[in-house]
Amino acid sequence: MQITIKIFRYNPEKDKKPRYESYKLEAVETDRVLDLLEKVKGYQDGTLSFRRSCAHGICGSDAMRINGFNRLACKTLVRDTGAKITVEPILGLKVIKDLIVDMEPFFENFRSVIPYFVNDEPEPAQERLQSPEQRERFDDTTKCILCACCTTSCPSFWANEQYLGPAAIVNAHRFIFDSRDRAAAERLKILNDIFGIHRCHTIFNCTLACPREIQVTKAIGEVKKAIVTGSLE
Amino acid sequence: MKTHQFEVLVVGAGGAGLMAGLYASRTASTAIITKLYPTRSHTGTAQGGIGAALGSVEEDHPEWHTYDTVKGSDYLGDQDAIEFMCNEAVQAIYELEHMGLPFDRTPEGKISQRPFGGHTNNVTGKPVSRACHAADRTGHMILQTLYQQCIKNNVTFYDEFQVVDLLMVNGAAAGVVAIELASGEMHLFHAKTVIFATGGHGRIWEITSNAYAFSGDGPAITMRRGLPLEDMEFFQFHPTGIYKLGILITEGVRGEGGILINGLGERFMERYAPTVKDLASRDVISRAIYLEIRDGRGVNGQNYVYLDVRPESVNKYAALDGRKNPDGSPFVVTGEQILAKLPDIVDFCRVYLGVDPVTQLMPIQPTAHYAMGGIPTNKYGEVISNEENTTVPGLYAAGEVACVSVHGANRLGTNSLLDLVVFGKYAGLRAAEFAKGAAYQPLPADPAAFARAQFDQFLTADGKENAFDIAREMKKVMFDDMGIFRSGQGMQNALEKIRELQARFKHVRVTDTGKIFNMELINAWELGNLLDLAEVTTVSALARTESRGGHSREDYPDRDDKKWLKHTMAYLRENGRIELKYKPVVITKYQPKERTY
Ligand SMILES: Cc1cc2nc3c(=O)[nH]c(=O)nc-3n(C[C@H](O)[C@H](O)[C@H](O)COP(=O)(O)OP(=O)(O)OC[C@H]3O[C@@H](n4cnc5c(N)ncnc54)[C@H](O)[C@@H]3O)c2cc1C
Ligand code: SF4
Ligand code: SF4
Ligand code: FES
Repeated sequence: MQITIKIFRYNPEKDKKPRYESYKLEAVETDRVLDLLEKVKGYQDGTLSFRRSCAHGICGSDAMRINGFNRLACKTLVRDTGAKITVEPILGLKVIKDLIVDMEPFFENFRSVIPYFVNDEPEPAQERLQSPEQRERFDDTTKCILCACCTTSCPSFWANEQYLGPAAIVNAHRFIFDSRDRAAAERLKILNDIFGIHRCHTIFNCTLACPREIQVTKAIGEVKKAIVTGSLE
Repeated sequence: MKTHQFEVLVVGAGGAGLMAGLYASRTASTAIITKLYPTRSHTGTAQGGIGAALGSVEEDHPEWHTYDTVKGSDYLGDQDAIEFMCNEAVQAIYELEHMGLPFDRTPEGKISQRPFGGHTNNVTGKPVSRACHAADRTGHMILQTLYQQCIKNNVTFYDEFQVVDLLMVNGAAAGVVAIELASGEMHLFHAKTVIFATGGHGRIWEITSNAYAFSGDGPAITMRRGLPLEDMEFFQFHPTGIYKLGILITEGVRGEGGILINGLGERFMERYAPTVKDLASRDVISRAIYLEIRDGRGVNGQNYVYLDVRPESVNKYAALDGRKNPDGSPFVVTGEQILAKLPDIVDFCRVYLGVDPVTQLMPIQPTAHYAMGGIPTNKYGEVISNEENTTVPGLYAAGEVACVSVHGANRLGTNSLLDLVVFGKYAGLRAAEFAKGAAYQPLPADPAAFARAQFDQFLTADGKENAFDIAREMKKVMFDDMGIFRSGQGMQNALEKIRELQARFKHVRVTDTGKIFNMELINAWELGNLLDLAEVTTVSALARTESRGGHSREDYPDRDDKKWLKHTMAYLRENGRIELKYKPVVITKYQPKERTY
């Protein structure tokens, strides 16, 4: 089938302001949007720039706005988009070139929530024991690939880049509810800050955007509850 | 040119690079340079598990793991290194757990393990549960955990910097040249030691499980600097890639009881590997699938067979095989359990195939997957420069880019993730130790000259050729003639084609003349790497007149230990020719014998 793909273009070395460019190409229903971008780059305009690596929704490189929704280009098929596709960079982060945005503020927020395991007790000779139920407690949030689809769909983040955003909270959740970890209280304190969790007004965009189907809003709710009750039960 | 100085430079931030960086940074000034954000590394896609004889659910021993790996390697693996890795494995897994890695758990709270191809109980010959896993995203968890620990330990990163050359002075490593993608500027990293951890090069082939980033930059760079590449003819084709797309379906699916079915509805692995059947080693299964398809038993006469993990099929064949749970009860699964154990696989099938594996069959075909060959090292990650195993001062390699060799002619599933953490750690430790007693080498007058020349070519060529066409033709000929089965004639054809493509490649000109994120320029350079590695792979394969592990020749169907129980060492000479030399395999306890499953 014939596809028209309209792509946001901006080259800071040449363009005063962004523009859109349309390309026509042949595609099949099972083509990924990423495949189309590759074809455009290969045969129509080599200057088109975007990030990508794994091509199957695991590395988190190619978050973009596809027909208005935050999606991974490699996990969105022509079957789902139809013959007219608009591709733009994710919102709320500075555009560097075409579909490439500055990810630093996003990673900075991630790094600020103590996103690593803390337990200074003496290590046992073998593994620390953890029951399947305790492990299940934080399973959902271990799936995060830091793609930023959620955070850049969040109106509170658009309003203020300093808001930690759902991805950072998801990654805090992953440790807060890990029975082996010992830094939950510290993380909850960080999230209780003015740019923390209270900026979330449960608008749900994040959950709808997550390509890993993480229940982001639910995780945020659990963290909120832990802050209010001071308990991880 | 911006210049930086570090005692230890790690190139790559996958499992191997992060592990090396974590260990080196404890005692030496260290930086990790990576072309992708660390969490985008291909380690994150690894699914099924990491191998270690913990014995969480049933009896197991590092010696069994060692023997299975030697046998899996078709006796080309170096046995001292294999034994070292399998002994280190147990501690390495506990160490990952102590770093917070969320492994799945047994009812007693221990690390859960599942069976995987080629891993056996050495007494009964039956599959053993040795793969430690976190659902079907084990690699993701390893990558995330190691990156998190790097944040905790304040490791220095240069994210989105592409290393394009290695500097060697007085026969020792002196640093690297890298391009900062965001600015297009070249940076000079002056170092006492350099550790390559850049991953594999599976993008040479048409159907592949490998990421775009797997363009073999590391081996291409070191080869151009005169260092050998070892055993490049050995590349693994994983039996179960999604039809046409190549996306991997983990062996863990078969570990959980899934089976392979041909177009006639037969469980054909019974004929090829009567004892372990669908859990035979990967080379064996990929060849079986190829033969089924060749003899007209693909599904609907097409180039695929089915992988079946529907609970009713799993339970039927588990009963026929007499498969038991560790407590002796019969092995029975439900749809919910499949979903819980293999959530990502279910998701891939739904998204890319529109198939629900809990109720439907998955169309699969073998997919190019893993480089057994690479930069030769000893078991401490030190790069070696010749057949006498002479080390290169200050130069290290670890992970898929390296050839220790623990995988020999065929890697066992779960042994790559293990290789990353064990050899990544030792490379890091060794580099830091070396750096303490070493001085910085003086830098050459124009350190970036060689790299600049490679890139300038793309801006001045006549533009008569298109890079995408060249890439497509390379992948096709490599898949057709340098795939699961090879023949002298086919390989000769592939070699001629690759050399034609290399000549045409000189006419590629990039249209993007900017500096900021000029991905067209970077990708063109990466294609040059792939072409050069395709050539070395083919030259190495043509010379080897036998069949062993991942290298299977129709004109030489048997393994020939008299002539070929040796490692290939390929050198790119100044005149552009590739010269092959050989070095012996290290055999300690296990004499080569016939390999059956
Ligand atoms: C789909 C899939 C599933 C797998 N499943 C399993 C499994 O279950 N068990 C198992 O044991 N193995 C598995 N493997 C194999 C294993 O995952 C890989 O071999 C391993 O992860 C490679 O790790 P690495 O650290 O060597 O490289 P990677 O993790 O790929 O890291 C390479 C790094 O090098 C960097 N880099 C590359 N080139 C440059 C350059 N020029 N300049 C700067 N940086 C550069 C990249 O940015 C990246 O950070 C699987 C592989 C695939 C593809
Ligand atoms: S639920 Fe909260 S975090 Fe998610 S989009 Fe809405 S405001 Fe943002
Ligand atoms: S929570 Fe989901 S959308 Fe957000 S960064 Fe993680 S994977 Fe991406
Ligand atoms: S390319 Fe990896 S998530 Fe899309």
